[in-house]
Amino acid sequence: MLTPVRAFPEVIRLQQPMIAAGALPIDISVLQSAELFLDLYGEDIRGRTYTTFDPFRGEQMLRPDFTVPVAEHHMTTAAGAHRYTYAGSVFRRPEQDGWRQREFVQVGYEVFNVVDTVAADIEVFALFGEILAPFDLRRKTGDMSIVMAAVQGLSISDGRKSALMRHIWRPQRFRALMDRYAGRTPVPASQRQLMGDSTDWHLFPEFGVRRREDVHRRIARLREDFRGPQIPPDEFNSLEALLEIRTTMPQAIEQLTIIADDLPAIKPAVDRLTRRRDGLVARGVTVSSIEFEVCYGRTQMEYYDGFVFGFLSDDHPRWPPVSTGGRYDALTKRLGRGTECPAVGGVILSDLIGQLS
Amino acid sequence: MVVRVAIPSKGRLLRATLDWLSGRGFQFKKLESERRYEISTDSVKGLDFVLLPAAEIPRELATGRIHFGVTGTDLIYEKLPRHSTEVIEKKRLGFGLATLVIAVPCFWIDVDTLDDLDAVAADFRERHNMRLRVATKYHHLTRTFLGRAGVADYALVDSQGSTEGAIKNELADVISDITSTGETLRQNHLKILSDGIILKSQATLWESCKAEYSQGDRETQAAFLTKLIGIEY
Repeated sequence: MLTPVRAFPEVIRLQQPMIAAGALPIDISVLQSAELFLDLYGEDIRGRTYTTFDPFRGEQMLRPDFTVPVAEHHMTTAAGAHRYTYAGSVFRRPEQDGWRQREFVQVGYEVFNVVDTVAADIEVFALFGEILAPFDLRRKTGDMSIVMAAVQGLSISDGRKSALMRHIWRPQRFRALMDRYAGRTPVPASQRQLMGDSTDWHLFPEFGVRRREDVHRRIARLREDFRGPQIPPDEFNSLEALLEIRTTMPQAIEQLTIIADDLPAIKPAVDRLTRRRDGLVARGVTVSSIEFEVCYGRTQMEYYDGFVFGFLSDDHPRWPPVSTGGRYDALTKRLGRGTECPAVGGVILSDLIGQLS
Repeated sequence: MVVRVAIPSKGRLLRATLDWLSGRGFQFKKLESERRYEISTDSVKGLDFVLLPAAEIPRELATGRIHFGVTGTDLIYEKLPRHSTEVIEKKRLGFGLATLVIAVPCFWIDVDTLDDLDAVAADFRERHNMRLRVATKYHHLTRTFLGRAGVADYALVDSQGSTEGAIKNELADVISDITSTGETLRQNHLKILSDGIILKSQATLWESCKAEYSQGDRETQAAFLTKLIGIEY
Protein backbone atom coordinates (compact mmCIF):
# COMPACT_ATOMS: atom_id res chain seq x y z
CA MET A 1 0.00 0.00 0.00
CA LEU A 2 1.17 3.52 -0.74
CA THR A 3 1.79 5.84 2.17
CA PRO A 4 0.38 9.36 1.82
CA VAL A 5 3.19 11.91 1.68
CA ARG A 6 1.97 13.70 4.78
CA ALA A 7 2.25 10.56 6.85
CA PHE A 8 6.01 10.29 6.34
CA PRO A 9 7.64 10.95 9.71
CA GLU A 10 10.19 13.47 8.29
CA VAL A 11 7.43 15.37 6.57
CA ILE A 12 5.42 15.58 9.76
CA ARG A 13 8.48 16.66 11.73
CA LEU A 14 9.29 19.37 9.17
CA GLN A 15 5.75 20.63 8.81
CA GLN A 16 4.83 20.72 12.49
CA PRO A 17 6.76 23.94 13.27
CA MET A 18 5.23 25.59 10.19
CA ILE A 19 1.72 24.82 11.42
CA ALA A 20 2.74 26.00 14.87
CA ALA A 21 3.88 29.29 13.28
CA GLY A 22 0.29 29.85 12.15
CA ALA A 23 0.32 28.42 8.62
CA LEU A 24 -2.82 26.89 7.15
CA PRO A 25 -2.06 23.44 5.66
CA ILE A 26 -3.35 23.26 2.08
CA ASP A 27 -3.51 20.74 -0.72
CA ILE A 28 -2.66 21.65 -4.29
CA SER A 29 -3.60 19.52 -7.28
CA VAL A 30 -0.78 17.52 -8.85
CA LEU A 31 -2.14 18.41 -12.29
CA GLN A 32 -1.75 22.09 -13.07
CA SER A 33 -2.68 24.14 -16.11
CA ALA A 34 0.46 24.41 -18.24
CA GLU A 35 -0.55 27.87 -19.38
CA LEU A 36 0.11 29.38 -15.96
CA PHE A 37 3.69 28.12 -15.85
CA LEU A 38 4.43 28.79 -19.52
CA ASP A 39 3.20 32.32 -19.11
CA LEU A 40 5.52 32.93 -16.17
CA TYR A 41 8.64 31.02 -17.11
CA GLY A 42 8.44 30.90 -20.89
CA GLU A 43 8.73 27.98 -23.25
CA ASP A 44 11.90 26.72 -21.54
CA ILE A 45 9.96 25.22 -18.67
CA ARG A 46 8.28 22.75 -21.01
CA GLY A 47 11.65 21.01 -21.37
CA ARG A 48 11.90 20.65 -17.59
CA THR A 49 8.38 19.45 -16.83
CA TYR A 50 6.10 16.56 -17.61
CA THR A 51 3.31 17.85 -19.79
CA THR A 52 0.23 16.07 -20.94
CA PHE A 53 -2.84 16.97 -22.91
CA ASP A 54 -6.40 17.07 -21.71
CA PRO A 55 -8.90 17.46 -24.58
CA PHE A 56 -11.17 19.65 -22.43
CA ARG A 57 -8.76 21.61 -20.25
CA GLY A 58 -5.86 21.88 -22.69
CA GLU A 59 -2.25 21.27 -21.80
CA GLN A 60 -1.60 20.14 -18.24
CA MET A 61 1.62 19.81 -16.25
CA LEU A 62 2.65 17.70 -13.30
CA ARG A 63 3.31 20.51 -10.82
CA PRO A 64 6.93 21.67 -11.14
CA ASP A 65 6.61 23.70 -7.93
CA PHE A 66 4.09 24.67 -5.27
CA THR A 67 4.93 28.33 -5.00
CA VAL A 68 3.14 29.43 -8.16
CA PRO A 69 -0.15 27.55 -7.54
CA VAL A 70 -0.14 28.48 -3.84
CA ALA A 71 0.36 32.15 -4.72
CA GLU A 72 -2.39 31.90 -7.31
CA HIS A 73 -4.67 30.20 -4.79
CA HIS A 74 -4.03 32.97 -2.28
CA MET A 75 -4.67 35.73 -4.79
CA THR A 76 -7.84 34.28 -6.27
CA THR A 77 -9.57 33.06 -3.12
CA ALA A 78 -8.88 35.95 -0.73
CA ALA A 79 -9.61 33.51 2.09
CA GLY A 80 -8.06 35.76 4.66
CA ALA A 81 -5.16 33.46 5.52
CA HIS A 82 -1.68 34.92 5.22
CA ARG A 83 0.43 31.85 5.91
CA TYR A 84 0.22 28.49 4.16
CA THR A 85 2.09 25.22 4.43
CA TYR A 86 2.01 22.25 2.06
CA ALA A 87 3.75 18.93 1.54
CA GLY A 88 3.93 16.80 -1.56
CA SER A 89 5.83 15.84 -4.66
CA VAL A 90 7.03 18.14 -7.37
CA PHE A 91 8.17 16.72 -10.69
CA ARG A 92 11.15 17.71 -12.81
CA ARG A 93 11.95 16.17 -16.13
CA PRO A 94 15.74 15.92 -16.46
CA GLU A 95 17.19 17.80 -19.41
CA GLN A 96 20.25 15.61 -19.53
CA ASP A 97 20.85 12.06 -18.44
CA GLY A 98 22.95 11.99 -15.27
CA TRP A 99 20.66 13.39 -12.57
CA ARG A 100 18.23 10.57 -11.98
CA GLN A 101 15.69 11.96 -9.57
CA ARG A 102 12.41 13.08 -11.11
CA GLU A 103 10.19 13.42 -8.08
CA PHE A 104 11.04 15.45 -5.00
CA VAL A 105 8.99 15.71 -1.85
CA GLN A 106 8.82 19.34 -0.79
CA VAL A 107 7.59 20.76 2.48
CA GLY A 108 6.94 24.48 2.17
CA TYR A 109 5.85 27.62 3.95
CA GLU A 110 4.62 30.81 2.26
CA VAL A 111 3.73 34.17 3.79
CA PHE A 112 1.57 36.71 1.94
CA ASN A 113 0.49 40.28 2.49
CA VAL A 114 2.70 41.09 5.45
CA VAL A 115 3.32 44.77 4.85
CA ASP A 116 6.50 44.84 6.94
CA THR A 117 8.47 42.87 4.36
CA VAL A 118 11.68 42.84 6.40
CA ALA A 119 9.83 41.27 9.33
CA ALA A 120 8.37 38.61 7.01
CA ASP A 121 11.83 37.84 5.55
CA ILE A 122 13.19 37.40 9.08
CA GLU A 123 10.25 35.22 10.10
CA VAL A 124 10.74 32.81 7.20
CA PHE A 125 14.53 32.58 7.37
CA ALA A 126 14.57 32.19 11.16
CA LEU A 127 11.86 29.52 11.03
CA PHE A 128 13.75 27.51 8.39
CA GLY A 129 16.96 27.97 10.37
CA GLU A 130 15.30 26.54 13.47
CA ILE A 131 13.80 23.57 11.60
CA LEU A 132 17.11 22.80 9.89
CA ALA A 133 19.34 23.48 12.89
CA PRO A 134 20.04 19.77 13.64
CA PHE A 135 21.59 19.18 10.20
CA ASP A 136 24.66 21.42 10.23
CA LEU A 137 23.95 23.16 6.90
CA ARG A 138 25.73 26.10 5.33
CA ARG A 139 23.50 29.16 5.02
CA LYS A 140 23.73 31.26 1.90
CA THR A 141 21.74 34.43 1.19
CA GLY A 142 21.44 37.10 -1.47
CA ASP A 143 19.29 40.02 -2.56
CA MET A 144 18.69 40.92 -6.20
CA SER A 145 16.70 44.02 -5.18
CA ILE A 146 20.07 45.69 -4.56
CA VAL A 147 21.10 45.11 -8.20
CA MET A 148 17.69 46.32 -9.40
CA ALA A 149 17.99 49.49 -7.33
CA ALA A 150 21.50 50.07 -8.72
CA VAL A 151 20.22 49.78 -12.29
CA GLN A 152 17.37 52.19 -11.61
CA GLY A 153 19.87 54.65 -10.20
CA LEU A 154 22.20 54.71 -13.22
CA SER A 155 22.46 58.01 -15.13
CA ILE A 156 21.12 56.55 -18.40
CA SER A 157 17.87 56.64 -20.36
CA ASP A 158 14.78 54.77 -19.17
CA GLY A 159 14.96 52.62 -22.32
CA ARG A 160 18.43 51.43 -21.40
CA LYS A 161 17.41 50.84 -17.80
CA SER A 162 14.49 48.68 -18.83
CA ALA A 163 16.70 46.70 -21.21
CA LEU A 164 19.13 46.03 -18.36
CA MET A 165 16.23 45.10 -16.06
CA ARG A 166 14.93 42.64 -18.62
CA HIS A 167 18.26 40.85 -18.70
CA ILE A 168 18.83 40.95 -14.98
CA TRP A 169 18.31 37.18 -14.61
CA ARG A 170 20.79 36.34 -17.38
CA PRO A 171 24.29 37.30 -16.19
CA GLN A 172 26.04 37.09 -19.57
CA ARG A 173 23.47 39.12 -21.47
CA PHE A 174 23.34 41.64 -18.64
CA ARG A 175 27.11 42.01 -18.67
CA ALA A 176 27.22 42.41 -22.46
CA LEU A 177 24.61 45.15 -22.26
CA MET A 178 26.42 46.86 -19.38
CA ASP A 179 29.61 46.96 -21.46
CA ARG A 180 27.77 48.31 -24.47
CA TYR A 181 25.96 51.02 -22.50
CA ALA A 182 29.28 52.08 -20.98
CA GLY A 183 30.77 52.44 -24.47
CA ARG A 184 33.23 49.62 -23.86
CA THR A 185 31.96 47.51 -26.75
CA PRO A 186 30.63 48.83 -30.05
CA VAL A 187 26.96 48.91 -31.06
CA PRO A 188 26.27 45.91 -33.36
CA ALA A 189 26.58 46.81 -37.04
CA SER A 190 22.98 45.88 -37.77
CA GLN A 191 21.73 48.34 -35.15
CA ARG A 192 24.15 51.06 -36.22
CA GLN A 193 22.64 50.87 -39.69
CA LEU A 194 19.26 51.78 -38.27
CA MET A 195 20.67 55.01 -36.93
CA GLY A 196 20.99 56.48 -40.43
CA ASP A 197 18.09 57.55 -42.64
CA SER A 198 16.80 54.32 -44.11
CA THR A 199 15.27 54.54 -47.54
CA ASP A 200 14.11 50.94 -47.68
CA TRP A 201 11.45 51.21 -44.98
CA HIS A 202 8.63 50.48 -47.40
CA LEU A 203 10.32 48.06 -49.76
CA PHE A 204 8.90 44.97 -48.08
CA PRO A 205 5.23 44.08 -47.71
CA GLU A 206 3.71 44.22 -44.26
CA PHE A 207 1.98 41.12 -42.85
CA GLY A 208 1.42 39.29 -39.60
CA VAL A 209 0.38 40.47 -36.16
CA ARG A 210 3.48 42.58 -35.52
CA ARG A 211 2.87 45.72 -37.60
CA ARG A 212 5.11 48.21 -39.35
CA GLU A 213 4.33 50.74 -36.63
CA ASP A 214 5.80 48.33 -34.07
CA VAL A 215 8.98 48.24 -36.14
CA HIS A 216 9.10 52.03 -36.38
CA ARG A 217 8.49 52.45 -32.68
CA ARG A 218 11.39 50.16 -31.82
CA ILE A 219 13.72 51.95 -34.25
CA ALA A 220 12.78 55.31 -32.75
CA ARG A 221 13.55 53.94 -29.31
CA LEU A 222 16.89 52.48 -30.42
CA ARG A 223 17.83 55.84 -31.92
CA GLU A 224 16.93 57.64 -28.74
CA ASP A 225 19.02 55.15 -26.76
CA PHE A 226 21.89 55.49 -29.19
CA ARG A 227 22.04 59.24 -28.63
CA GLY A 228 21.50 58.95 -24.88
CA PRO A 229 24.16 59.17 -22.17
CA GLN A 230 26.53 56.30 -21.40
CA ILE A 231 27.02 54.75 -17.97
CA PRO A 232 29.63 57.02 -16.28
CA PRO A 233 32.87 55.18 -15.32
CA ASP A 234 32.41 55.55 -11.54
CA GLU A 235 28.86 54.17 -11.70
CA PHE A 236 30.06 51.33 -13.92
CA ASN A 237 32.82 50.42 -11.46
CA SER A 238 30.44 50.56 -8.51
CA LEU A 239 27.92 48.32 -10.25
CA GLU A 240 30.67 45.89 -11.17
CA ALA A 241 31.95 45.79 -7.56
CA LEU A 242 28.43 45.29 -6.26
CA LEU A 243 27.75 42.34 -8.56
CA GLU A 244 30.88 40.59 -7.29
CA ILE A 245 30.16 40.77 -3.56
CA ARG A 246 30.53 37.31 -2.01
CA THR A 247 31.29 37.37 1.67
CA THR A 248 29.52 37.13 5.02
CA MET A 249 26.35 39.08 5.71
CA PRO A 250 27.98 41.59 8.12
CA GLN A 251 30.91 42.27 5.79
CA ALA A 252 28.61 42.60 2.79
CA ILE A 253 26.72 45.34 4.64
CA GLU A 254 29.99 47.22 5.20
CA GLN A 255 31.02 46.91 1.56
CA LEU A 256 27.59 47.89 0.27
CA THR A 257 27.51 50.93 2.56
CA ILE A 258 30.71 52.16 0.89
CA ILE A 259 29.36 51.47 -2.61
CA ALA A 260 26.16 53.35 -1.71
CA ASP A 261 28.21 56.56 -1.51
CA ASP A 262 28.65 56.36 -5.28
CA LEU A 263 25.29 54.71 -6.01
CA PRO A 264 22.90 56.37 -3.54
CA ALA A 265 19.94 54.63 -5.21
CA ILE A 266 20.83 51.38 -3.44
CA LYS A 267 20.58 52.95 0.05
CA PRO A 268 17.00 51.82 0.79
CA ALA A 269 17.84 48.25 -0.29
CA VAL A 270 21.00 48.24 1.85
CA ASP A 271 18.96 49.62 4.77
CA ARG A 272 16.55 46.70 4.39
CA LEU A 273 19.47 44.29 4.45
CA THR A 274 20.80 45.98 7.60
CA ARG A 275 17.41 45.80 9.32
CA ARG A 276 17.13 42.17 8.26
CA ARG A 277 20.46 41.41 9.91
CA ASP A 278 19.51 43.30 13.07
CA GLY A 279 16.21 41.46 13.25
CA LEU A 280 17.91 38.10 12.86
CA VAL A 281 20.36 38.98 15.63
CA ALA A 282 17.41 39.99 17.83
CA ARG A 283 15.87 36.55 17.21
CA GLY A 284 19.07 34.92 18.34
CA VAL A 285 20.32 33.88 14.89
CA THR A 286 24.11 33.83 14.48
CA VAL A 287 24.68 36.08 11.46
CA SER A 288 28.50 36.11 11.26
CA SER A 289 28.53 32.76 9.45
CA ILE A 290 25.69 33.53 7.05
CA GLU A 291 27.14 33.88 3.57
CA PHE A 292 25.92 36.72 1.39
CA GLU A 293 26.27 36.90 -2.37
CA VAL A 294 24.31 39.77 -3.96
CA CYS A 295 23.46 37.66 -7.02
CA TYR A 296 22.81 34.36 -5.21
CA GLY A 297 20.19 32.32 -7.07
CA ARG A 298 20.30 34.71 -10.01
CA THR A 299 20.11 32.06 -12.69
CA GLN A 300 17.84 29.55 -10.95
CA MET A 301 15.39 31.70 -9.05
CA GLU A 302 13.85 34.06 -11.55
CA TYR A 303 11.05 36.09 -9.96
CA TYR A 304 12.81 36.05 -6.61
CA ASP A 305 13.37 39.79 -6.60
CA GLY A 306 14.48 40.39 -3.02
CA PHE A 307 15.92 38.41 -0.15
CA VAL A 308 16.78 34.80 -1.13
CA PHE A 309 18.31 31.98 0.85
CA GLY A 310 19.61 28.44 0.51
CA PHE A 311 20.71 25.78 3.00
CA LEU A 312 23.49 23.59 1.61
CA SER A 313 25.12 20.40 2.76
CA ASP A 314 28.92 20.50 2.52
CA ASP A 315 28.98 16.73 2.97
CA HIS A 316 27.06 16.36 -0.30
CA PRO A 317 28.48 18.92 -2.72
CA ARG A 318 26.55 17.46 -5.66
CA TRP A 319 23.17 17.83 -4.04
CA PRO A 320 20.93 20.76 -4.85
CA PRO A 321 20.32 23.01 -1.84
CA VAL A 322 18.42 21.09 0.86
CA SER A 323 16.21 24.14 1.26
CA THR A 324 15.65 27.30 -0.78
CA GLY A 325 13.37 30.29 -0.59
CA GLY A 326 12.97 34.00 -0.85
CA ARG A 327 10.84 36.97 -1.68
CA TYR A 328 8.87 36.89 -4.93
CA ASP A 329 6.82 40.06 -5.12
CA ALA A 330 7.47 40.19 -8.88
CA LEU A 331 5.73 36.86 -9.33
CA THR A 332 2.59 37.88 -7.48
CA LYS A 333 2.53 41.12 -9.46
CA ARG A 334 2.57 39.10 -12.66
CA LEU A 335 -0.05 36.63 -11.37
CA GLY A 336 -2.25 39.39 -10.05
CA ARG A 337 -2.14 41.33 -13.34
CA GLY A 338 -1.57 44.62 -11.62
CA THR A 339 -2.56 43.92 -8.04
CA GLU A 340 0.45 43.41 -5.83
CA CYS A 341 0.85 41.22 -2.82
CA PRO A 342 4.15 40.96 -0.95
CA ALA A 343 5.16 37.31 -0.71
CA VAL A 344 8.02 35.34 0.80
CA GLY A 345 8.46 31.65 1.46
CA GLY A 346 10.60 28.60 1.11
CA VAL A 347 10.71 24.84 0.65
CA ILE A 348 12.64 21.97 2.18
CA LEU A 349 13.44 18.84 0.17
CA SER A 350 12.39 16.25 2.68
CA ASP A 351 14.00 13.31 0.84
CA LEU A 352 17.38 14.91 1.39
CA ILE A 353 16.58 15.57 5.05
CA GLY A 354 15.64 11.91 5.31
CA GLN A 355 19.11 10.98 4.06
CA LEU A 356 20.81 13.39 6.46
CA SER A 357 18.93 12.13 9.52
CA MET B 1 17.93 -13.51 -39.48
CA VAL B 2 18.41 -10.55 -41.77
CA VAL B 3 19.97 -7.12 -41.56
CA ARG B 4 17.21 -4.56 -42.05
CA VAL B 5 17.92 -1.28 -43.81
CA ALA B 6 15.28 1.47 -43.90
CA ILE B 7 15.22 4.07 -46.63
CA PRO B 8 12.85 7.05 -46.99
CA SER B 9 9.59 5.90 -48.55
CA LYS B 10 8.86 8.75 -50.95
CA GLY B 11 9.83 11.90 -52.76
CA ARG B 12 13.21 13.32 -53.64
CA LEU B 13 14.89 11.64 -50.70
CA LEU B 14 13.77 8.20 -51.96
CA ARG B 15 15.00 8.87 -55.51
CA ALA B 16 18.34 10.25 -54.31
CA THR B 17 18.82 7.26 -51.99
CA LEU B 18 18.04 4.80 -54.80
CA ASP B 19 20.51 6.64 -57.07
CA TRP B 20 23.16 6.46 -54.40
CA LEU B 21 22.55 2.75 -53.84
CA SER B 22 22.61 1.96 -57.55
CA GLY B 23 25.91 3.81 -57.86
CA ARG B 24 27.28 1.25 -55.41
CA GLY B 25 26.11 -1.84 -57.21
CA PHE B 26 22.62 -2.33 -55.85
CA GLN B 27 19.80 -3.11 -58.25
CA PHE B 28 16.24 -2.13 -57.52
CA LYS B 29 12.98 -2.70 -59.28
CA LYS B 30 9.65 -1.17 -58.57
CA LEU B 31 6.89 -3.59 -57.73
CA GLU B 32 3.84 -1.70 -59.02
CA SER B 33 1.27 -3.91 -57.41
CA GLU B 34 2.69 -3.53 -53.92
CA ARG B 35 3.85 0.07 -54.38
CA ARG B 36 7.25 -0.82 -53.10
CA TYR B 37 10.77 -1.45 -54.28
CA GLU B 38 12.80 -4.61 -54.21
CA ILE B 39 16.43 -3.81 -53.74
CA SER B 40 19.13 -6.40 -54.06
CA THR B 41 22.74 -7.00 -54.88
CA ASP B 42 24.54 -10.14 -55.87
CA SER B 43 27.49 -9.72 -53.56
CA VAL B 44 25.67 -9.18 -50.25
CA LYS B 45 23.13 -11.71 -49.02
CA GLY B 46 20.79 -11.37 -46.07
CA LEU B 47 19.83 -7.71 -46.50
CA ASP B 48 16.21 -6.60 -46.27
CA PHE B 49 15.37 -3.09 -47.46
CA VAL B 50 12.25 -1.50 -46.00
CA LEU B 51 10.65 1.76 -47.02
CA LEU B 52 9.61 3.98 -44.12
CA PRO B 53 8.59 7.64 -43.82
CA ALA B 54 11.83 9.57 -43.12
CA ALA B 55 10.36 10.92 -39.88
CA GLU B 56 9.76 7.41 -38.52
CA ILE B 57 13.26 6.10 -39.22
CA PRO B 58 14.86 7.70 -36.11
CA ARG B 59 12.40 5.95 -33.79
CA GLU B 60 12.89 2.58 -35.50
CA LEU B 61 16.68 2.95 -35.19
CA ALA B 62 16.36 3.81 -31.51
CA THR B 63 14.23 0.76 -30.76
CA GLY B 64 16.56 -1.45 -32.80
CA ARG B 65 13.84 -2.82 -35.07
CA ILE B 66 16.05 -1.83 -37.98
CA HIS B 67 19.84 -2.08 -38.19
CA PHE B 68 20.51 0.77 -40.63
CA GLY B 69 18.53 3.75 -41.82
CA VAL B 70 18.91 6.65 -44.22
CA THR B 71 17.38 9.88 -42.92
CA GLY B 72 18.25 13.52 -42.31
CA THR B 73 20.40 14.82 -39.45
CA ASP B 74 17.54 17.19 -38.59
CA LEU B 75 15.13 14.33 -37.91
CA ILE B 76 17.63 12.33 -35.87
CA TYR B 77 18.55 15.34 -33.70
CA GLU B 78 14.91 16.37 -33.30
CA LYS B 79 13.44 12.97 -32.49
CA LEU B 80 16.33 11.47 -30.51
CA PRO B 81 17.62 13.94 -27.91
CA ARG B 82 20.08 11.25 -26.79
CA HIS B 83 21.09 10.37 -30.34
CA SER B 84 24.77 9.98 -29.51
CA THR B 85 23.95 6.90 -27.41
CA GLU B 86 21.28 5.53 -29.75
CA VAL B 87 22.66 5.75 -33.27
CA ILE B 88 26.06 5.89 -34.96
CA GLU B 89 26.61 8.18 -37.90
CA LYS B 90 28.13 5.94 -40.62
CA LYS B 91 28.21 8.22 -43.63
CA ARG B 92 26.98 11.63 -44.72
CA LEU B 93 25.50 11.12 -48.14
CA GLY B 94 25.80 14.63 -49.59
CA PHE B 95 22.16 14.97 -50.67
CA GLY B 96 18.99 16.09 -48.96
CA LEU B 97 20.88 19.24 -47.93
CA ALA B 98 18.75 21.49 -45.76
CA THR B 99 19.22 24.10 -43.07
CA LEU B 100 16.97 24.65 -40.09
CA VAL B 101 16.69 28.40 -39.55
CA ILE B 102 14.85 31.09 -37.61
CA ALA B 103 13.16 33.45 -40.05
CA VAL B 104 11.13 36.66 -39.65
CA PRO B 105 9.33 38.98 -42.11
CA CYS B 106 11.72 41.11 -44.22
CA PHE B 107 9.91 44.27 -43.20
CA TRP B 108 11.14 43.76 -39.64
CA ILE B 109 14.17 45.85 -40.52
CA ASP B 110 14.91 46.30 -36.83
CA VAL B 111 15.50 42.57 -36.36
CA ASP B 112 18.75 41.00 -37.49
CA THR B 113 19.96 38.91 -34.53
CA LEU B 114 18.57 36.70 -31.77
CA ASP B 115 19.20 39.61 -29.39
CA ASP B 116 16.83 41.70 -31.46
CA LEU B 117 14.32 38.86 -31.46
CA ASP B 118 14.48 38.68 -27.68
CA ALA B 119 13.87 42.43 -27.37
CA VAL B 120 10.98 42.23 -29.83
CA ALA B 121 9.48 39.30 -27.89
CA ALA B 122 9.33 41.48 -24.77
CA ASP B 123 7.78 44.42 -26.69
CA PHE B 124 5.33 42.12 -28.39
CA ARG B 125 4.07 40.65 -25.16
CA GLU B 126 3.54 44.07 -23.68
CA ARG B 127 1.79 45.43 -26.73
CA HIS B 128 -0.28 42.48 -27.93
CA ASN B 129 -0.75 40.77 -24.58
CA MET B 130 0.48 37.41 -25.79
CA ARG B 131 3.79 35.70 -26.26
CA LEU B 132 5.56 35.93 -29.61
CA ARG B 133 4.63 32.72 -31.45
CA VAL B 134 7.25 30.60 -33.20
CA ALA B 135 5.80 28.08 -35.68
CA THR B 136 7.77 24.89 -36.23
CA LYS B 137 7.68 21.14 -36.41
CA TYR B 138 11.15 21.01 -34.82
CA HIS B 139 10.08 21.64 -31.23
CA HIS B 140 13.05 20.15 -29.44
CA LEU B 141 15.74 21.72 -31.63
CA THR B 142 14.07 25.13 -31.65
CA ARG B 143 13.50 25.22 -27.90
CA THR B 144 17.08 24.16 -27.17
CA PHE B 145 18.51 26.70 -29.61
CA LEU B 146 16.44 29.63 -28.37
CA GLY B 147 17.04 28.61 -24.76
CA ARG B 148 20.82 28.68 -25.23
CA ALA B 149 20.55 32.06 -26.93
CA GLY B 150 18.65 33.41 -23.93
CA VAL B 151 15.40 33.99 -25.81
CA ALA B 152 12.68 32.98 -23.36
CA ASP B 153 9.52 34.95 -23.80
CA TYR B 154 7.93 33.11 -26.72
CA ALA B 155 5.46 30.30 -27.41
CA LEU B 156 6.01 27.36 -29.73
CA VAL B 157 3.18 26.71 -32.17
CA ASP B 158 3.07 23.35 -33.88
CA SER B 159 3.15 23.52 -37.67
CA GLN B 160 3.48 20.28 -39.62
CA GLY B 161 3.55 21.81 -43.09
CA SER B 162 3.50 25.08 -45.08
CA THR B 163 5.15 26.73 -42.10
CA GLU B 164 6.30 29.61 -44.29
CA GLY B 165 2.68 30.77 -44.58
CA ALA B 166 2.00 30.77 -40.84
CA ILE B 167 2.90 34.43 -40.30
CA LYS B 168 0.74 35.71 -43.16
CA ASN B 169 -2.12 33.65 -41.76
CA GLU B 170 -1.48 35.22 -38.35
CA LEU B 171 -1.03 31.80 -36.77
CA ALA B 172 2.53 32.71 -35.78
CA ASP B 173 4.95 35.66 -35.78
CA VAL B 174 8.26 33.91 -36.40
CA ILE B 175 9.08 30.56 -38.02
CA SER B 176 11.71 27.92 -37.42
CA ASP B 177 11.80 25.87 -40.59
CA ILE B 178 13.90 23.87 -43.01
CA THR B 179 15.17 25.62 -46.12
CA SER B 180 17.44 24.41 -48.90
CA THR B 181 17.90 27.27 -51.36
CA GLY B 182 16.05 29.96 -49.42
CA GLU B 183 13.75 30.49 -52.39
CA THR B 184 10.54 29.65 -50.52
CA LEU B 185 11.51 32.06 -47.76
CA ARG B 186 12.20 34.83 -50.26
CA GLN B 187 8.89 34.27 -52.03
CA ASN B 188 7.15 34.67 -48.71
CA HIS B 189 9.13 37.84 -47.85
CA LEU B 190 10.95 36.17 -44.99
CA LYS B 191 14.59 36.58 -44.00
CA ILE B 192 16.93 34.41 -41.92
CA LEU B 193 18.39 35.96 -38.76
CA SER B 194 22.15 36.45 -39.14
CA ASP B 195 22.78 34.18 -36.14
CA GLY B 196 19.62 32.15 -36.69
CA ILE B 197 21.05 28.95 -38.18
CA ILE B 198 20.04 26.07 -35.91
CA LEU B 199 21.36 23.10 -37.84
CA LYS B 200 22.78 22.13 -41.21
CA SER B 201 21.32 18.81 -42.19
CA GLN B 202 21.86 16.21 -44.90
CA ALA B 203 20.76 12.66 -45.65
CA THR B 204 22.96 10.35 -43.60
CA LEU B 205 23.36 6.60 -43.14
CA TRP B 206 22.85 5.73 -39.46
CA GLU B 207 23.38 2.48 -37.63
CA SER B 208 21.29 1.51 -34.64
CA CYS B 209 23.17 0.93 -31.37
CA LYS B 210 20.45 -1.39 -30.19
CA ALA B 211 19.69 -3.71 -33.12
CA GLU B 212 20.84 -7.26 -32.53
CA TYR B 213 23.00 -9.22 -34.92
CA SER B 214 23.36 -12.97 -35.24
CA GLN B 215 26.71 -14.41 -36.32
CA GLY B 216 25.56 -14.51 -39.94
CA ASP B 217 24.20 -10.95 -39.68
CA ARG B 218 27.61 -9.71 -38.63
CA GLU B 219 29.03 -10.88 -41.95
CA THR B 220 26.17 -9.22 -43.81
CA GLN B 221 26.72 -6.00 -41.81
CA ALA B 222 30.44 -5.96 -42.70
CA ALA B 223 29.83 -6.70 -46.37
CA PHE B 224 27.09 -4.05 -46.56
CA LEU B 225 29.27 -1.35 -45.02
CA THR B 226 32.26 -2.26 -47.18
CA LYS B 227 30.15 -2.02 -50.29
CA LEU B 228 28.47 1.24 -49.31
CA ILE B 229 31.22 3.15 -47.59
CA GLY B 230 34.22 1.46 -49.11
CA ILE B 231 35.99 0.73 -45.85
CA GLU B 232 36.94 -2.78 -44.79
CA TYR B 233 34.94 -3.85 -41.74
